[in-house]
Amino acid sequence: MDEKLAKKLRILADAAKYDASCASSGAPKRKADVDGLGSTTGAGICHAYTPDGRCVSLLKILLTNYCLFDCAYCVNRRSSNVKRARFSVDEVVTLTVEFYKRNYIEGLFLSSGIIRSPDYTMEQMLLVAKKLRRDHGFRGYIHLKTIPEASPWLIEEAGLWADRLSINLELPTEKSLEQLAPEKDGASIEGAMAQMSERIEEAREERRRFSPAGQSTQMIIGADDTTDADVLRTSAKLYGHYDLKRVYYSAFSPIPDSSSVLPLKPPPLMRENRLYQADWLLRYYGFNVDEIASGGEKGMLDLEVDPKLAWALKNRHLFPVDVNIAEREMLLRVPGLGARAVDKIVVARKHTTLRLEDVARLTSGLKRARPFLITADHHPKGRLDRADLRERLVEKPEQLSLFA
Amino acid sequence: MSLHSITLQDGADLDGFRSAVRRLIGEELAPQHVIWTISDAPDLFGGEAQGDAPPVSLPRTVGELISLVVCHRDPERYALLYQLVWRVLNGERELLDVASDPLVHRLDLMARAVRRDLHKMHAFLRFRRVEGSEPEQFVAWFEPEHFILKATAQFFIDRFRSLHWTILTPIGSLDWNRETLTFGPPACREDAPSEDSFEEGWRGYYESVFNPARVNPTAMRAEMPKKYWRNMPEAASIPGLIQTASQRVDRMIEQEATMPTKRTPERALEAMWNQEPQTLKELNAIIAKAGPLVPGATQAVFGEGPDHADVVFVGEQPGDQEDLQGRPFVGPAGKLLTKAMGEVGIDRGQAYLTNAVKHFKFEQRGHRRIHSKPTAGEVKHYRPWLMKELELVRPKLVVALGATALLALTGKPTPITRSRGRAKFGAYEGYVTVHPSYLLRLPDEETKQAAYEAFLADLARIKDLAQADLETGELPLAAE
Repeated sequence: MDEKLAKKLRILADAAKYDASCASSGAPKRKADVDGLGSTTGAGICHAYTPDGRCVSLLKILLTNYCLFDCAYCVNRRSSNVKRARFSVDEVVTLTVEFYKRNYIEGLFLSSGIIRSPDYTMEQMLLVAKKLRRDHGFRGYIHLKTIPEASPWLIEEAGLWADRLSINLELPTEKSLEQLAPEKDGASIEGAMAQMSERIEEAREERRRFSPAGQSTQMIIGADDTTDADVLRTSAKLYGHYDLKRVYYSAFSPIPDSSSVLPLKPPPLMRENRLYQADWLLRYYGFNVDEIASGGEKGMLDLEVDPKLAWALKNRHLFPVDVNIAEREMLLRVPGLGARAVDKIVVARKHTTLRLEDVARLTSGLKRARPFLITADHHPKGRLDRADLRERLVEKPEQLSLFA
Repeated sequence: MSLHSITLQDGADLDGFRSAVRRLIGEELAPQHVIWTISDAPDLFGGEAQGDAPPVSLPRTVGELISLVVCHRDPERYALLYQLVWRVLNGERELLDVASDPLVHRLDLMARAVRRDLHKMHAFLRFRRVEGSEPEQFVAWFEPEHFILKATAQFFIDRFRSLHWTILTPIGSLDWNRETLTFGPPACREDAPSEDSFEEGWRGYYESVFNPARVNPTAMRAEMPKKYWRNMPEAASIPGLIQTASQRVDRMIEQEATMPTKRTPERALEAMWNQEPQTLKELNAIIAKAGPLVPGATQAVFGEGPDHADVVFVGEQPGDQEDLQGRPFVGPAGKLLTKAMGEVGIDRGQAYLTNAVKHFKFEQRGHRRIHSKPTAGEVKHYRPWLMKELELVRPKLVVALGATALLALTGKPTPITRSRGRAKFGAYEGYVTVHPSYLLRLPDEETKQAAYEAFLADLARIKDLAQADLETGELPLAAE
């Protein structure tokens, strides 16, 4: 590989890494044509993991890190003194195809700094996607970052070539957006999200292709003073109104050459982890934002225990729950029981009566579940009301996998 | 009762297991009377094992579990699977539902281990190009934990169908020559190329995406255990990345915010927002470049008429003639519209005529191209262009000809019959009438004539409305 290209790749990969999204899932199953390259399996594949525990699935790069915008939290803002580079359309196509052939990646995640104009930048990104699909018969995954300030017809076109589209909200409130991202505007971001979600829905009904893996977004955590509850309220709105597939939370992390308007200290990574757990509770466990927030204090989640346990500890009167008779909805609220374990319990108990050792085979979270559960041979009795229950269940401080 | 011994082949001997099961079930031999052994000798008794015992009917989920678990390395796998089969056939047909059962639990763990092994092979296998090979040939060396080689083949065929590739492992090899798959003998690492010209670039990429502020090797190892590292070129970078991480972060935090060294690019910033097309010509160039949404059309058919016409007529989409000539409303329906306009005194040359959808969509039937109606999603795909077109023409009145135009102008599906007459399309004064092709489709002359009269009446009103004073909205007397 050409040395100049390798050098650019380092700069433009480094510049793209603050985007947390790495998913290659959700695309319809596809296979390579006789002359083509690439497939999608539906589930997505992580081709490597870096020592920060994050997965490398797509070739995640910027077309360029030159940028006319000046968003304070962003390493690529125009006033930052980082090294700059720009790929040509063909260079991105070559890298994607050659990396793909060696089985390094599932596809491409292309984003870009704004050069010349939002439309021009978006057109260049579209060219990459079109060349891959048309000239190389590329059936792998393509995720395009949409530039909300681009003309609406470019967003229409992006959906035809990409498996997933995303626009980063970046900051959870309009006020912070104004303060930290002067060129961005919450209304145009939501407008573009609405346009995409409408088109995704219609295309699904008409069995046409438009961003079949849906859309996602990212919010930066800890760059402003928004509470967890407000972050989650924004997420709930995005899931509800625009049918987003994922909201990513990215703990603001120190960047080279950072802006003076940012807080000096990054937030604890655990805060990000708790937000992901809470996000799961919103989407798969039937919790609403107020319930989740009630587990913490002053709108912030409890950093010591996971949000479901935090909620259960404050709602002990609803427990213990009998694993052999409780409704699925209530089992989902038992700390330590995941959705998959609950599904297995509901099926298995039709055929047998579950004892504690049976439950142990179905979940790895038995320690947390035990005080809240009744089984054929177990009743927590007074244990549930002990004052030191919380202390006993606090996880030992260790770094957790963020994307497990 | 004496013990019955079954010998199966090394690896994932699904066929051997299946025929043994048939025989054993046929003879009603319970699991405690069967001993399973694995032979690494060549298949001497292969022929004998294929008895004519009748097939055993098992639930689909059991069959799927068996085909995964036979790939597992555990020598007990066949005995465990036979226990499962026996219990399923003897009163516990839904045994797999009981995930808490110790046997089911253990088999589930084994199936998960095989599935994970397959997944990791799909993920962590790395091809190297055989130097100078033309057409390109790619070879990979991989060490799976379980007997998954055959099970993994289809994944790589689906993905790399057009490439010649070979996968070498200690338990056998696969070769795909773009047409056929061949299973080969075990191989060793040295049989694969030792380098590839893209590996250094890939390592550079891997190093660059690592964020030193979030170092977490435990999480990495949970998903990418060390045993895979020796066959992954990028893994050589791991120790260095971990070692230097904290220094790099300290440096970033110590470093005070620097002042921008470049001045603000005022002119570029100003120019950045002037991205919208300023003329119809610029807009049309954008539409032409985008190409048809549904493949087939010869060309995009743009709007036609004076830049600032008083009235814009919006139709559905170009037809066969329009597609060939590249002009709107030149086919049969267009001719009828032109005629009707003439009858009420609208000069076609003074109006702006366009379509909601800019490309012809059709079904080929023999030599004929039969118009096919655009879907709602397709109409909306073209809608931003139509809106821009109106913005550039700035007409006094916008006429929707038919339901598709109405959908394009309002964004909502609305029946024509209910909205015929004056309307409002956003900021524009509007008028809704039928599409001239509707008049052509009516079956008998009498209805046709009546519908045409009504259409003429609409056009007459449109003419009057277009002459109304834009500022006051006052209409000439005749229109009221």
